[in-house]
Amino acid sequence: MPAATEPAVVARTRSVPKNVLIVGVGGQGVIMVSKVLAVLCQEQGFEVKQSEVHGMAKRGGSVFSHVRFGEQVYSPVIPRGKVDVLVALEWAEGLRWLPYLNQRRGTFIADTQHIIPPFACRNRNRGAHSAYVCESVSEVMEQVPNSFALDAVGMATELGVPRAANTVLLGILSAALDFSAADWQSVISQLVPPKTVEANLQAFAQGRDWALHFDRESVKSACVGLLRNAAGNLDNVADLSRVEITEAWCKGCDICVKFCPERCLQLNARQVVEMVHAERCTGCRMCEWLCPDFAIAVHTPRLPYPATVRDNNELR
Amino acid sequence: MTTVLQMTTIHQAAVRQSDDACKVGKHAAGQRDIRPMLGNEAIARGVWEAGVKVATAYPGTPSTEILENIARYPAADLVAQWGTNEKVALDVAIGASFVGVRAFVCMKHVGLNVAYDSLMSVTYIGVNGALVLAVCDDPGIHSSQNEQDSRLLARIAMVPVLEPADAQEALDFTRIAFEISEQFDTPVMVRSTTRLSHTRSRVRVGQRITVEDKGFIESTAKNVMVPAHARLRHPLLLEREQKLTEYFNTSPLNQQDAGSSHYGIITAGISYSYVKEVVPEAQVLKLAVTWPLPSGLLREFCDRVERVLVVEELEPVIEDELRKMGIAVEGKSLFPRVGEFSPAVIQTGLVKAGLLTADTTEAAYEPSQLARPPVLCAGCPHTSSYMVLRSVNARVAGDIGCYTLASIEPLDAVDTCVAMGCSIANAVGMAKADNQTRPIVATIGDSTFLHAGIPPLIDAVYNKADITVMILDNHTVAMTGGQDYAGTGITLRGEKTERVNFRDLVTSIGVKWVRQVDSYNLAQMHKALQEAIRFKGVAVLISDRPCVIDPIRIRGAVYQITAATCSGCQSCMNLGCPSLVWTDEMIDGHHKVTIDTSTCMGCSLCAQVCPSDAIHLPGLQ
Ligand SMILES: Cc1ncc(C[n+]2csc(CCOP(=O)(O)OP(=O)(O)O)c2C)c(N)n1
Ligand code: SF4
Ligand code: SF4
Repeated sequence: MPAATEPAVVARTRSVPKNVLIVGVGGQGVIMVSKVLAVLCQEQGFEVKQSEVHGMAKRGGSVFSHVRFGEQVYSPVIPRGKVDVLVALEWAEGLRWLPYLNQRRGTFIADTQHIIPPFACRNRNRGAHSAYVCESVSEVMEQVPNSFALDAVGMATELGVPRAANTVLLGILSAALDFSAADWQSVISQLVPPKTVEANLQAFAQGRDWALHFDRESVKSACVGLLRNAAGNLDNVADLSRVEITEAWCKGCDICVKFCPERCLQLNARQVVEMVHAERCTGCRMCEWLCPDFAIAVHTPRLPYPATVRDNNELR
Repeated sequence: MTTVLQMTTIHQAAVRQSDDACKVGKHAAGQRDIRPMLGNEAIARGVWEAGVKVATAYPGTPSTEILENIARYPAADLVAQWGTNEKVALDVAIGASFVGVRAFVCMKHVGLNVAYDSLMSVTYIGVNGALVLAVCDDPGIHSSQNEQDSRLLARIAMVPVLEPADAQEALDFTRIAFEISEQFDTPVMVRSTTRLSHTRSRVRVGQRITVEDKGFIESTAKNVMVPAHARLRHPLLLEREQKLTEYFNTSPLNQQDAGSSHYGIITAGISYSYVKEVVPEAQVLKLAVTWPLPSGLLREFCDRVERVLVVEELEPVIEDELRKMGIAVEGKSLFPRVGEFSPAVIQTGLVKAGLLTADTTEAAYEPSQLARPPVLCAGCPHTSSYMVLRSVNARVAGDIGCYTLASIEPLDAVDTCVAMGCSIANAVGMAKADNQTRPIVATIGDSTFLHAGIPPLIDAVYNKADITVMILDNHTVAMTGGQDYAGTGITLRGEKTERVNFRDLVTSIGVKWVRQVDSYNLAQMHKALQEAIRFKGVAVLISDRPCVIDPIRIRGAVYQITAATCSGCQSCMNLGCPSLVWTDEMIDGHHKVTIDTSTCMGCSLCAQVCPSDAIHLPGLQ
């Protein structure tokens, strides 16, 4: 037995496969994009492995598809740090997978559209911000030198086919890989619904053209309009809201109990409303407004911050 | 310009690759016979090529596409039909095997549990026409309720297990499984995993063979499992195990990759691809079969190397067998027993073993991560059921389907979820314990109800349980992608057939309170549920609306919110509808809400819950 301190040296002799990771949100068409690439590589004579997710994740969850092509491909999944091109159909999904990108040579192509999940809008505390990712486009472009961010949905919408945003991204991907435009176009024509071929080819051309004339500085300045979301929430001030119930005026109609969005209220044995979850109360005043007998008053502290986030947002 | 330079790097790399590729790829041979296929498509192809006559399944990720793909082959060649559940599907296949044709059934790992009773008997009986099961495990639990290792179940049933490592093998092994089945008089299992099932790679396809129709062979001693017969069959199983071991000892399906004798890796299935990715030059024995293990071959291999490592996902099936054979192996001490493998997992294990040095990759840029769990779709008809369940403060015994997603925030209305069809009997148990102050309600999807919900409903009625059962009838098997089943009245091949009438079915069991309500009518749902709860005994409320996504998208007029009227109360946000998002505008510290008109399906639920009447159709404010 050799000593454990004497590691076997394993030389890699074969050419290394190319790795493209396509990510987005369930229902966005991640699989469609990866299929175009996989079919194209296959037609070009490469061995291709394309690994995708089905099932649960497709219900609005985070979705990804690995495409690897080369002379010989073993693992269907791309090791962390080895992604050559990361294509993100949605901004936060792109950020999620950035650690998989080859830090030095990797290319990052991302649609800047935000799909904000219900989860991100859960904090009911007064002054809470959405939990959507906080990194702005320019910030990421600073960190990832080889990045291409654009409003692909906007571009596709201008062409009259918002759903072809994916094809715009394919156009950009085409500029980063060495296949001829004609080969891409022929595969796209095979795979998209026949009625949409024309529109998709147009979207592809737009994306490709954009990438070939890519100007980093102008993109950075164009992205200034995008909001930087503050991830951190202001201090919890919700528990300072106080609901005052005038028991004598309550006739037990149950309206406030039913309408309280946080389900804080309940009728007690005497059919009088009582506060059972004060910690959940956000001070929305629904009970106060709906009570026909003015039995409820909500006391909330004055907010120490501006009334709109917009004022508070740093524009970058 | 810098960007141009950076792009050229990729260009050049790709050019180099395409040069190499030309030598091996495109011009090599018969392009038309080589196609990119998912592991599941390849299994389907293998089934068709093997001359199978009857194929059946119950959907379940990651196995669903197998039967869906089989159904793309001509009906004249083979029958493809959805079973009511996995046991029914296996029994149908057994029946076909009895009368002498080749039969196939597939399921996800947990489906095997449902079918297991039949499997344990048919393994004694053996086959007439070949009988092959494809079972897809889900290491990493991408879309399941557990990550059981089906190889262990196969071992108890003494059913041989073939483990393909890529799509090509998925096709080849499936074909061969039918041969083995007939040659050794045994059902055979082809085991896939999520990664294999859902990876597309190139496959060389073949032609369909014709197999003789053997007809029914009269033999009560073999076909009728009563104690006297089973006692005679059991020793034959042991003999069969022996013969299979010998067969696999010399089978060319097991593959050996030469390398240094320093250490050797024994692996099977998809793990092989990770091993080759990390240590392409290592000496490897890739087993095509993981039960019964080819002991002779294993001994030979282990004698040749100084250290033996076993790389297998989930349970130490191969490792334990080797130990029993008295061979010193390392396996689960290096590679985890839980979760899915990846090249990184193999790398870490080999570093731990002292066979590789740790990769010193530079620290990656790690931006913030957004939690994005799967959610009920915009317009999902299940949403209202859980809204009203919350408002009556029910104790909810849940079940498996899209509606399990109502267990997370903001609906947060499912208290338990065990396995398919468990909800009703779980509710009976809760009610019988008689210690809950909250009303007890079982929620079960339409397909899950037919799968395993009828016996427990009979139990509830028979034992006079005081529970409410909500059947969430969205007219499809949505979670797995919108398959047809007995509740849609359409077959897998798209023909019209009898459609189960849930009301009649439930009534015939003896349920005295049955009501069907439109899921989109919140007020009626609320009233009906309150009545159902008040009813002493078993009440069945059918929440009725087709799924808006599968099998077809159903989109109504899109709603909108008048910002001026929105009070920021967040009532609508309680629906968890992904089309409802915060705007930047705040009112007294709360965000106002808006509707993403590109995704709204127009279900009207948010308009129904908005206390400020801020939500409406365009032009109706
Ligand atoms: C034994 C078993 N078989 C199959 C599955 C996969 N599976 C999960 S949910 C589901 C279908 C649920 O359909 P339905 O009850 O109609 O609910 P829906 O998804 O339509 O809301 C299936 C087949 C499973 N989890 N367990
Ligand atoms: S697929 Fe259908 S049933 Fe499933 S969450 Fe979406 S709308 Fe609801
Ligand atoms: S109508 Fe409201 S609840 Fe229904 S899909 Fe549209 S935004 Fe969502």
